[in-house]
Amino acid sequence: MKSEQRWGIYSRAFLGLMRRDLRVLSRELVPFLVRVAMNPLLFLFVFTYVMPHMSGGAKMSPVAGMAAAGGGGGFGTVLLPGLMAVAIMFSGIAAVALPLAQEFGITREIDDRVMCPLPIAAVAMEKIVFSAIQSVIAAALVFPLAYYVPSTPVLAHVSSWWLLIAVLVLASLVAGALGLTIGTSVQPKQIGLIFGVVVVPITFLGCVYYPWAALGHIRWLQWGVLVNPIVYMSEGLRAALTPSMGHMPEALILAMLVFFLVLLTWVGMKGFARRVLS
Amino acid sequence: MSETIVAITGLRKVYGGKNPVTAVDGIDLRVPAGTIYGLLGPNGAGKTTTISIATTRAIPTAGSVRIAGVDVVAQPALARQSIGVVPQYNTLDRSCTVAENIYFHCRYFGMNKGEAEGRTARLLEQFRLSDRAKAYPQALSGGLAQRLQIARAIAHKPKVLFLDEPSAGLDPQSRIAMWDAVQALRGEGITVVLTTHYMEEADELCDRLAIIDHGKILIEDTPAALKASVGGDKIYDLRMRDADAREKLEERLRAVEGVTGVEAIPGGIRVLARAQDGLLARVVMTANECGLQDVTTTEPSLETVFIRMTGRELRE
Repeated sequence: MKSEQRWGIYSRAFLGLMRRDLRVLSRELVPFLVRVAMNPLLFLFVFTYVMPHMSGGAKMSPVAGMAAAGGGGGFGTVLLPGLMAVAIMFSGIAAVALPLAQEFGITREIDDRVMCPLPIAAVAMEKIVFSAIQSVIAAALVFPLAYYVPSTPVLAHVSSWWLLIAVLVLASLVAGALGLTIGTSVQPKQIGLIFGVVVVPITFLGCVYYPWAALGHIRWLQWGVLVNPIVYMSEGLRAALTPSMGHMPEALILAMLVFFLVLLTWVGMKGFARRVLS
Repeated sequence: MSETIVAITGLRKVYGGKNPVTAVDGIDLRVPAGTIYGLLGPNGAGKTTTISIATTRAIPTAGSVRIAGVDVVAQPALARQSIGVVPQYNTLDRSCTVAENIYFHCRYFGMNKGEAEGRTARLLEQFRLSDRAKAYPQALSGGLAQRLQIARAIAHKPKVLFLDEPSAGLDPQSRIAMWDAVQALRGEGITVVLTTHYMEEADELCDRLAIIDHGKILIEDTPAALKASVGGDKIYDLRMRDADAREKLEERLRAVEGVTGVEAIPGGIRVLARAQDGLLARVVMTANECGLQDVTTTEPSLETVFIRMTGRELRE
């Protein structure tokens, strides 16, 4: 068979899988929007609206003081990129890991999609790509929230659209690959544990609520969090959106996102093949 | 013989681990195009593993499977174009409706929107699922879910449909409806390979059969030829009062015209005979002199074939 013919078959199958996922998502649009918006909405509401209105609220949030020192804007400016990173990561987990746990479970409903004329690695890749699309939407939803909710305006400034797009796309793909890795390596009945064991730690230690540079006084932690891919998502978005806040070098951020994308995709695809083939 | 559509050669599958299990132990098989081909054997015989390998969902330890000339191990993605699968368990997409299960399956296999919609409508009609088109799979009974799985599996017009234990868990009525649906596929030129441990199903449905046990094919032929291999058209099982008379009786029975074989069974003697008027009476009269208690007459079944090959019953 000619290779163009083969690619024709593969690409139609790939698009078919995307269409199926899109249909399923479109039916659950409202729950999807609620899911992605709730976390950033409440975070912004409590930390950038409620607390500043409390007496002494600013003192309760040490980062706010630092944010002010670091170039203006309130805690909202620190949170915007961080909350986008969390939204991206959450979407990866919700779009890939949780459905996979069900599809690999007793129902085995992934079987029909695995049996389509496409290499198994590409079926896994479709999961990552579709999840990345959801991540981009989720990240975009944080913008209007960050504009309307905080009492002090958020200082966002896009110096390079290319950097923003590169970070957004890479971070979204990394989140999908992370979801694939988790979804294929965890037993379906243990998927509930994932939030406690993986999602919460990588969020809190992901430079979401503080810039990486702010960890300078706790050296061991500053080095320790470097194994966490969320750090590079947060820092990358910080570099692209709120450059006045201190951030890691841009080239390093992009390199590390690519590194995690390759690593997690590889592990996730291995896991996927192991789960569908015997 | 017509062309071979499924060619299995020297197939072996060993599941590793602490206690390696040889699930398939050197299977060679040729399935002629256009037939309904059965793999009959007890649970754990290696039928499902054989099907899993043929449908690209398991990797063989050794040997090869070619479907319509495509090697399923070397080119799994392309081989899947020729394969339809209905696994033992319900794998319907629970996030999609009945119609969408078929529609998206068509899209995976490259049909455009119009073709996929047309195909979906035709299949829903053919499998009498049109009125449930908008239902979700969770709402279907076992029989309907099974029909939908078959409809979905053939939606991309595969050359071969693999059915793994298609009647497991179906009520008798649904089972007969499923048999009808499978027989109708013959008219569409689809070759069917099915596994079963129900001999009635194998007998009723299949053009050819391979009897499998412990990962090996014991015998392969048409159901009629397999049954004929037992060596008689009728089986008379004679239950005898005392064991001593048996040997003498065996000799005397062998001498009766029309008797093709005599063998000892627990508690009595089995007589294999041609279907012939008056023969039963002669056998009974002869046996009566040696203390006949009871006689049962049967025709050779695949069960008889299996017991003769393995010394065990099929459903142990």
